[in-house]
Amino acid sequence: MTDTAVDTAVDTAGTHVAEPGAGPPPGAGGQGPPPVPNFNIVPVRALPVVAAVLIGLIVAIATNSLWALTFFHVAGGGLWTSLDLFLGLVLGPIMGSMSIPSRIEFSTRFMPKMLLIMPTLVAMTLGAGFQLARHVGNLEASYPHHGWLVASMVIVGVMSVIALGLLEPANLAVLFELKKPHPNGERIGRLMKVFIYTAGITGLLQVATIVIMTFLASR
Amino acid sequence: MTAATDTMPPGFGELDAEDRHQAELPPVMPIAIVTLALIVSGGVLVAAQYGRPPHLTVPTMLLGAAALLLVTNAVLLTRIREFAWPVFFRVYGWALLAYLVIAGILEYVFIYDHTPSHLLALFSAMLLLFALDVPLMLGYSVARWQPVDAT
Repeated sequence: MTDTAVDTAVDTAGTHVAEPGAGPPPGAGGQGPPPVPNFNIVPVRALPVVAAVLIGLIVAIATNSLWALTFFHVAGGGLWTSLDLFLGLVLGPIMGSMSIPSRIEFSTRFMPKMLLIMPTLVAMTLGAGFQLARHVGNLEASYPHHGWLVASMVIVGVMSVIALGLLEPANLAVLFELKKPHPNGERIGRLMKVFIYTAGITGLLQVATIVIMTFLASR
Repeated sequence: MTAATDTMPPGFGELDAEDRHQAELPPVMPIAIVTLALIVSGGVLVAAQYGRPPHLTVPTMLLGAAALLLVTNAVLLTRIREFAWPVFFRVYGWALLAYLVIAGILEYVFIYDHTPSHLLALFSAMLLLFALDVPLMLGYSVARWQPVDAT
């Protein structure tokens, strides 16, 4: 199969696909489908770390510790933003230039980790952020810059819908596709594009949130 | 993309049975995303009024619309004849557990902050719909691409 065929199958996915039955079936000769390394969809060994972070978050909220709430909100938000921007602007283009087997090997190692990291960072940032705003009085309607805070809530709301409605489903669907005996490369390419682009969009929205947050913090 | 390393091996990336099955599926994902958007909008509207007597008419209407869409989606799902149900329920079950934990943390925050009872009821209903809608999206988005007989 030529480079042009690759472009058709992977990069312009959804607009032009091969005819059913065109070409040999998987494994029926030639090179066959690339091997998919064995992997766990949910990295079970990392679950205690997630549990520890969530327990820490609950303790921070329960004690209303200003330092702990600020730590969870700033650390979570910073990591969330950095990861999204790194994914969308750096890793995405790199993955686009990798060979199909390399992309598959990378995805099997990378995507399961993202399945735990992203929701944990989102819970940290939003949970601690809401409580922090309430604790310092920024959430009150009488707060002079309340409009800016509401604007940040709207941006976070849009990000949540994008992340939960597009990014996470694409992440999971890629992992389950890779678990098949004969994964569909075109589908993986299409879903990975959704994942990478939505991560980039949420990253850019995050920058808007950070602009608002730093503005409020400096008032 | 022109790199020689992008060459697709034969038999990798062809239109398969799951691709052909997509046209028969109801619009579960768009409905679920709109449901989520309604829930989030309601939450933002209520949170924006924190510290003053809230107007709950619009958030309640948004909540009602979200509940209606969620029920509609559930009905649409049950009417799918050929679907990878074991995969759907496996993903749905684990995702439900995860999102109930997240919703539980948020509920804890509202209770801890002594949120007034009428607001707490509204937030609780929103959190319940949220915890039901997101796992539905995750389960469906995985199962739709799986063979019908997949376990």
